[in-house]
Amino acid sequence: MDHLVDEFCVDNFSEDALERSFARLEEMLRTEFARIKTDEDRERFRLRWVGRKTGGLTRLSAQLAGGRPELKRVSGKLFNTLKQRFQEHYHLWELNPFSPYALAREAIDITLPGTRTLLGAEHPIIRTMNEIVAVFQRMGYSVGIGPEVETDYYNFESLNFPPNHPARDTQDTLVVANQERRPLRDRLLMRTHTSPVQIRTMERQPPPVRIVIPGKVHRNDASDATHSPIFHQVEGLCVGENVTFSDLKGTLDHAMKEFFGAAVKTRFFPSFFPFTEPSADVQISCIFCGGKGCRKCKHSGWIELLGCGMVDPSVFGFVQQKQPDYDPRKISGFAFGMGVERIAMMKYGVSDIGQFYSGDMRFFKQFGSGGRLA
Amino acid sequence: MKVLTEWLREYLPGIPVDDHKLAEDLTLRGIAVDGVFDLGAGKGSLLEMDITTNRVDAMNHYGIAREASAIYGLALPPLDTSVPRSAATQESSTRSPYPVRIDAPDLCGRFTARVLRQVTIKPSTGLRAERFAGLEQKLISNAVDATNYVWIAMGQPTHVFDLDKLEGGIVVRRAHKGEKLRTLDGVERTLDADDLVVADEKKALALAGVMGGWNSMITAETKNVVVEAAWFDPAGIRGTSRRHGLHTDASHRFERGADFNAAPVASALVSRMLLADGGETDGDLVDVVIAEAAARTAHRAPIRLEVSEVRRILGTTIEAKGITTSVVESVLTALGCLLVLRSEGVYDVTLPSWRLDLEREIDLIEEIARVYGYNRFANTLPTFDGTVVELPWARQEEKVRSTLLALGWNEALSSTFASATDAVTFAPQPASAVAMGNPLSEAAGMLRPSLVPGMLTMLGSNLNRNVEDVRLFEMGTVFRGTTDHVDERPALAIGASGLTAAEGPHQPPRPLDFYDVKGSIEELFSRFSGRSIYFDKFKPEFHLMPVWLHPGRSARVVMDRSTIGYFGQLHPAEAQVRKLKQTVFVGEIYLDRLYRQPLRQPVTRELSRFQAVRRDFSLIFPNAVRWSELEDALMGLGIEELVDLAPKEIFRDRKEEKAEYSLLLGTVFQSPERTLREEEVQNYSERILKSMGQLGGRLRS
Ligand SMILES: [Zn+2]
Repeated sequence: MDHLVDEFCVDNFSEDALERSFARLEEMLRTEFARIKTDEDRERFRLRWVGRKTGGLTRLSAQLAGGRPELKRVSGKLFNTLKQRFQEHYHLWELNPFSPYALAREAIDITLPGTRTLLGAEHPIIRTMNEIVAVFQRMGYSVGIGPEVETDYYNFESLNFPPNHPARDTQDTLVVANQERRPLRDRLLMRTHTSPVQIRTMERQPPPVRIVIPGKVHRNDASDATHSPIFHQVEGLCVGENVTFSDLKGTLDHAMKEFFGAAVKTRFFPSFFPFTEPSADVQISCIFCGGKGCRKCKHSGWIELLGCGMVDPSVFGFVQQKQPDYDPRKISGFAFGMGVERIAMMKYGVSDIGQFYSGDMRFFKQFGSGGRLA
Repeated sequence: MKVLTEWLREYLPGIPVDDHKLAEDLTLRGIAVDGVFDLGAGKGSLLEMDITTNRVDAMNHYGIAREASAIYGLALPPLDTSVPRSAATQESSTRSPYPVRIDAPDLCGRFTARVLRQVTIKPSTGLRAERFAGLEQKLISNAVDATNYVWIAMGQPTHVFDLDKLEGGIVVRRAHKGEKLRTLDGVERTLDADDLVVADEKKALALAGVMGGWNSMITAETKNVVVEAAWFDPAGIRGTSRRHGLHTDASHRFERGADFNAAPVASALVSRMLLADGGETDGDLVDVVIAEAAARTAHRAPIRLEVSEVRRILGTTIEAKGITTSVVESVLTALGCLLVLRSEGVYDVTLPSWRLDLEREIDLIEEIARVYGYNRFANTLPTFDGTVVELPWARQEEKVRSTLLALGWNEALSSTFASATDAVTFAPQPASAVAMGNPLSEAAGMLRPSLVPGMLTMLGSNLNRNVEDVRLFEMGTVFRGTTDHVDERPALAIGASGLTAAEGPHQPPRPLDFYDVKGSIEELFSRFSGRSIYFDKFKPEFHLMPVWLHPGRSARVVMDRSTIGYFGQLHPAEAQVRKLKQTVFVGEIYLDRLYRQPLRQPVTRELSRFQAVRRDFSLIFPNAVRWSELEDALMGLGIEELVDLAPKEIFRDRKEEKAEYSLLLGTVFQSPERTLREEEVQNYSERILKSMGQLGGRLRS
């Protein structure tokens, strides 16, 4: 022992001194017991007090044995009381309902899986569509929607599809029965794009306009791994004074960075759509390889994602029949559109478009809770 | 379309870049190259092109060379159109020309004919054969190959007739209704009065601009020929091509608007090629031009172009100087336009005959942007002083969706269409479903009047795959009305089967039941502010419940006296029809009606500081007594301190077919003002028991 004074050494010159010393030891016992938090603490406590070689009470017993004979009766009694106190305290620990002993009996296997109330899974198409819409909402676009059954006028004519345009073929368009006797412009069909909502919106409100249009569209296409007769689009329209082609570029570049991450780059190609001019196809740098080239981008580093362009003046001409403020010499605008299925397939690695419409729980569960944790 | 770079470079020798860069430069200017395939040393590359339908002028080698000339600022040399004139031709220049008559000037704007005599029909060799091999174009004979070669070279379709099969001169006329013509593909066709034919005085020779005829085709014995090169009206060609289901290289070009001035050029090129193998011309080119057609195409009036308008539409370029007058002039001139400066920044632009797609100022603006390069424009953002508005029911829709997801329902999308049988079974009103004119399939013959059949299809396909725990919902449009007017409304369908959603070994799962589904619907509706909601059903004899629901295990949902939907167990007969062995729950909610309710706005009450007293009653009731009757009776007691009331346990002994069931009724009493005294609670209990007694209930001993 290293310290100068053994704490367990008592003052045994007189009865009074002995009693004071034992009172001090009992106080020490209580203090030390109160500090016990773990089983290891408790074992140290036992060794310090009653350990066979190092125990304080063992040393005290030896000291008392060499003390004055007339005090032995008193010191023996005090020693036994103290030892009894120690035993009481030592066992008191086991009776403590908060002691590790007591709590260990309540232990469970925490490695078993938890009881999970499974949340439902969002449909990947609706989720993707909402995410795209949210990007444009943050850029000041209001949401516009319109009917899925449209007239020929809104789906084709007002969008500058000339009467003989190939897209008007019934081989591409699903039509409602018994339309043959009606004037062409009134004939009902399943809209082939969400663009009619552009016209309907402009007819309802004068410029400026900023709308984003999510919706379901139909084409009379055979189904295969990448084509479905039912699919979804998100379109946008921005019309006002001094809206330019460079604004279109900047808007889509910003939106793609918001949606796919700031590192994404955009590239514009001339294209052709009846209702825009100039028209463009937009590619983004491959989100899988960062543009270096990989299987997903067919080693080109680019992925085609959007169609867009400046609103054709003749489209404004149709709108002017109801809203004269859309004078193509004074205002201008751009429109853009994208296929939601294509983006969702790319984003989630879906190889068969049919899975979106299968109702297959095994497919959906991958988008919800209940999956294994990594 | 396939293009050989070696051929392009013949037309535009100075292209300063390699084939890959050329492909990229063309693609960035809208002449899309999908693939570049090396043909080996000295042979250049094969380009796989994807030209947009409006650019028929670029669907050939010379047209693409013209695009390259605009990109690289090179002059494009004209094609050599000289034709060696025979001595006979020179002598006979006073003889009457080969007779050609256009009887349908609205459909045929120009017709050229050139007679070649003593030609030799034989297989093609040399450059033509080599290039056809590179393009995987079939070789037939020098005459036919020459016509193919020329449209691949410069876009103009031509045709060669065996002159000796013709009776009299050429007449371009509408077919007689019912007239027969055997086309080159060997098919005997019955013509329509709107079809245009090239004929002689006696018979139709060819379906004009679409396909030649069998009788006048070139054979090994052919000695004398007529070379046809013409311009046909796009709409007419398109009509004939569609009517006969005959899409050919020629119709593809004519129906998109061919170059009005190309016919004599093409005629010369074909003739030169044939004459190289022998023979001579007989007379000069006969060229019949309809002035109205020329005015619509080759001689259109100039259009006004203002540079300020170009800038207003296109905006900011990366280079500070932007779109200058010199950019405007050089791009448009290279594309074949003639520019006359009217005043500062204002031009009159004469359009090239091969660009019928150019009609307006905006078309020229597009050309300037395209050739200048889209990616040389800056990324700017427009200013906006409008307001952002939400759809009126956006919040309600989002709440329905998020609530169902949180309750463990998975979102699905099904077909927009239904079979005629399902349309009858599931339409909320009889005969309200709308038929499709050209359905995708028989099973998709109608616009869906309800989301339930689609839901049952999805449930069925899961169960068939042994996926037995299914909880799906779909939010989508349902359609009703007539083929004159279709009404669209938003609806919600739910469908479930199997076990409850909680997962884990600690609580055994149990089969889903009616009350699980009802609970979800109650949760959903609790998000809305309707003052009253109740569930009821009609007696089967009223035929008011949907026929697809089990009459004893289904309910109507009513909110503020409006029917919002129906749900319950699928009718066993319908389940059998669909081969569903498992118990299936389905329902449909009319969202348009639900969305009329605003979302619930939470309003708090002062919480009582005084102790609540609980009393449970163990009661026995006859089977016929329903909970709603007990609840109504208890609420009718008017005990204000009765703050909660719920059935806590129900036990029905199904095995013994007992006429009674036991119910543990839980009640809670509390006053906002004071602690309730024992005798007050005792009084409430007695009133409750008395009221329950009146309904046939008694305390369990
Ligand atoms: Zn990649």
